[in-house]
Amino acid sequence: MANALINVPPRAKRGEIIEIKTLISHPMETGYRRTQTGTAVPRDIIRTFVATYNGAEIFRAELHPAIAANPFIAFSTVATESGTLTFQWTGDRGFSETASAAITVE
Amino acid sequence: MRGFRAALCLAALAASASAGEIPLGERRSGYDLMGRETRAMQDDDTANPGMLWVLEGETLWNKKTGHAARACAECHGDARTSMKGVAARHPAFDAARGRPVTLEQRINACRVERQKAPALAYESRELLALTAYVARQSRGLPIDVATDERTRPFLEAGRATFYRRQGQLNLACNQCHDDNWGRRLAGNVVPQGHPTGYPLYRLEWQSLGSLERRLRGCLTGIRAEPYDFGAAELVNLELFLMWRARGMTFETPAVRP
Amino acid sequence: MSRQTSRREFLRAAGGAAAGLGLASVIAVGPARATPASMQEAIRKVVGAAQVQTGRVKLDLPPLSENGNTVPMTVTAESPMTAADHVKAMHVFNEKNPQPDVASFRFGPRAGRASVSTRIRLADTQTVVAICEMSDGSFWQTSANVVVTLAACLEEA
Repeated sequence: MANALINVPPRAKRGEIIEIKTLISHPMETGYRRTQTGTAVPRDIIRTFVATYNGAEIFRAELHPAIAANPFIAFSTVATESGTLTFQWTGDRGFSETASAAITVE
Repeated sequence: MRGFRAALCLAALAASASAGEIPLGERRSGYDLMGRETRAMQDDDTANPGMLWVLEGETLWNKKTGHAARACAECHGDARTSMKGVAARHPAFDAARGRPVTLEQRINACRVERQKAPALAYESRELLALTAYVARQSRGLPIDVATDERTRPFLEAGRATFYRRQGQLNLACNQCHDDNWGRRLAGNVVPQGHPTGYPLYRLEWQSLGSLERRLRGCLTGIRAEPYDFGAAELVNLELFLMWRARGMTFETPAVRP
Repeated sequence: MSRQTSRREFLRAAGGAAAGLGLASVIAVGPARATPASMQEAIRKVVGAAQVQTGRVKLDLPPLSENGNTVPMTVTAESPMTAADHVKAMHVFNEKNPQPDVASFRFGPRAGRASVSTRIRLADTQTVVAICEMSDGSFWQTSANVVVTLAACLEEA
């Protein structure tokens, strides 16, 4: 699947609160499952999600295995200036994914 | 008194045994039986996990592949136009093969014959992505599989499977999906079983999956030996189910519990 | 009651294993589960000695989940979200999954609204707790009960 699907409004008024939706493909393997032969399937989850707005951190999430597969995270931020929103997901086994979106603030 | 009661019991049994086909006007998509939150997940393209596969399918559609180094787009152009209505018409009769084929089989046939690429494995990420992308182009359209002299024997074979008791639990599809839809089976609501949104994101699978995966899951559930992916029995059953759902709106990619 | 829970735990673990990634169904030898007590301990780790008041934070979860693998959840808190007075973080806990922590979300005045939506996994019918940490050092809590049932037919490979 496509790695990440993000939704940021392309334009907003200064001071407007905008909603951001993010979806990323990842199994979020809990580490509690076992195969038919009894071997444990090792944990493999996204542990951290960080959103920055022109470099400044605006939101952070610390995730545990209780977050469902293909994590969906929706949050909001104030549209302060035009620029770029960047999103980074990091996790087990060196997982790292980045996505970004531009926004025009008038 | 006893005779009267016995007659009542017999009448009740007869009534339930012959509850029969769902009248066309009473057909409901599984969507209508879902909770508010799950429906919201399906309705929002920016939050529907199935869209992850649709987007990957779009990438694959435009990617040169196989010995012919040809992308789907080279022959079929913009899928939004060329693939509109295609999924709503499948399974469709394939003259070369003399039998109906599913959308997955059609995609693989193109890969092998036109792109000179190996067929994609059933339920593989790529095949699901391509199928989801193509099927998404039929969203909002009515299901419309052709039924004519050529497809009739396959449709009848599919119908026979739907009404045949199978497995250790000795259940036929119609007993749950015609006669008991809307009631609960262990916490899940039994749907009417219309394939209006495949391939779909199933919360139980935590992944997108095909109709054949769902059918095999049901067969396992009634303790029957599931037919192989791509088996004639599954293709015929899919043809029958799509015919049974004729006129209903295509929803791919759907979300279901 | 505990016997019913262990059977459900077993089936749930088998179901959880059979679902997702198409792996073969599983014999579950479950690790220790979170308990209401270990959830309280996880909450203690976050709030320390502070007194947790009830209110100001809302937890939106379906009372009956469609499927325990994916339960949509929204956590919101009332706050002007100014530099002087805002939500610093919201933490979510559960009492019957293998671990008590679900997630922590960090906010600041730039959030505009203290609100986050995501999807969580719940292993069994249980209570979910949300703790909201304010910029003035106060903690607020709320909880919600979710009924979680097993899928009717569990898939095998």
